Amino acid sequence: MTFYGYRRPDGRVGVRNKVLVLPASVCASDTTRIIAQQVEGAVTFNNQQGCSQVASDQQLTMDVLAGYAANPNVYGTVVVSLGCENCQMDLVVEAIRARTNKPIRQVIIQEAGGTLKAVDMGVRYAKEMVAEASMLQKEEFPLSELILGTECGGSDPTSGLAANVLIGELSDRIVAEGGTSILSETTEFIGAEHILARRAATPEVHDRIFEIVHRYEKALQLVGEEVREGNPSPGNKAGGITTLEEKSLGCIHKGGHSPVNAVYDYAKQVESKQGLVIMDTPGNDPSSVAAMVAGGAQVVVFSSGRGTPTGSPIAPVIKITGNRITFAKMEDNIDVDASPVIYGGDLKEMGQDLLELVAEVASGKQTKAESLGYTEMAIARVCNYV
Amino acid sequence: MRNAMIIDGKDNVAVAIEPITAGDSVTYACEGEEVSLTAQQDITIYHKLAIRDIAKGEPVVKYGEHIGIASSDIKAGEHVHVHNVEGHRENLEAKE
Repeated sequence: MTFYGYRRPDGRVGVRNKVLVLPASVCASDTTRIIAQQVEGAVTFNNQQGCSQVASDQQLTMDVLAGYAANPNVYGTVVVSLGCENCQMDLVVEAIRARTNKPIRQVIIQEAGGTLKAVDMGVRYAKEMVAEASMLQKEEFPLSELILGTECGGSDPTSGLAANVLIGELSDRIVAEGGTSILSETTEFIGAEHILARRAATPEVHDRIFEIVHRYEKALQLVGEEVREGNPSPGNKAGGITTLEEKSLGCIHKGGHSPVNAVYDYAKQVESKQGLVIMDTPGNDPSSVAAMVAGGAQVVVFSSGRGTPTGSPIAPVIKITGNRITFAKMEDNIDVDASPVIYGGDLKEMGQDLLELVAEVASGKQTKAESLGYTEMAIARVCNYV
Repeated sequence: MRNAMIIDGKDNVAVAIEPITAGDSVTYACEGEEVSLTAQQDITIYHKLAIRDIAKGEPVVKYGEHIGIASSDIKAGEHVHVHNVEGHRENLEAKE
């Protein structure tokens, strides 16, 4: 199976063709919003970090910033910094350059001479870049070029019975096509990590799976917190999920049945054509999706039993529910009804249909989160949260 | 009509896939055979009910795995949720 995408100078393939106006820190975030509003085809997001961070925390932010700029759905990036923040312009540009050779322009607000001059520069750079991007022609590529991000949020028992099972079926098909599928959300491996570890391709991957789960639990214990305080959430419980273990056993279905070939740290660059891999992310949806997109995921599939609108500034997010009541109530937000998996539907056939939808979305079909304009994202902090 | 399901033959809870009222017959498939019991309580759709008696302190099993420990005696047909199950962290590395 193939899709039509954009070839990038670094050899990777995008499924969207956006210009990213990248805020280096919180102090540049309103400026990037003002710039992106003026330029059709430009996107931005609110970066709440980028300054006053300890080194390991700043690294998480830097990896998301660099990863977003390097994501192949982005044609090029206008980096905007205030000038005095920890995420200095030269450091951000260096981090992006370590991942990609795509176009970069730079605006430093304090050097430009304030908001109006910085906005003027930023808008002109972004407009030029959008004009260049618009000249690109799509080409046909095999699905092996795809890195698929998988996420679940607002889970209920149907997530583990249907939606995540269907995503697992899709994940196995992406792996069979020669692509990469990312299983995320370390907090939601807790109580199910032994099942993933059994599927590790090497002893190193096996040990890493236990290590990331234990690291998470220990980090929370160090600050006197318990992962179970926030997980399952009130909505998970109202839906019928009783314990974190039950939630986790449902969550890991998103990884299908393939061997786990690698474990990546948060927001690090993921290799293409690698089969099933794990990324160490929190259960918090926007920061987990952000990490996979920073890792290079061009398309995200996202299950929700309760229903959630979450999107991404640069990657299409396909929403799937296994709850027929939620699908009926929130069809405006949800792309796929997986509830037939519970009521006698043919999982293989549905998996093939979902793979075809992924190929269509990769070729440009808008997802509901895109059509509604959802672009929220978050960046994980070194003091882990659930 | 099937109005519940189990995921693994080892499970001691089933999931309601239709709204179930106390006194209803609950039917699910287990290894190709239909099994029925009587619901002792109303079960909200997608919530769990015990398919056999579970004594206080026994593991509650779904997906063929432990999802927690019964915090009180649970009778077959009763609702299984946060009021009678507690999460319990096991050493899964040792179990593996």
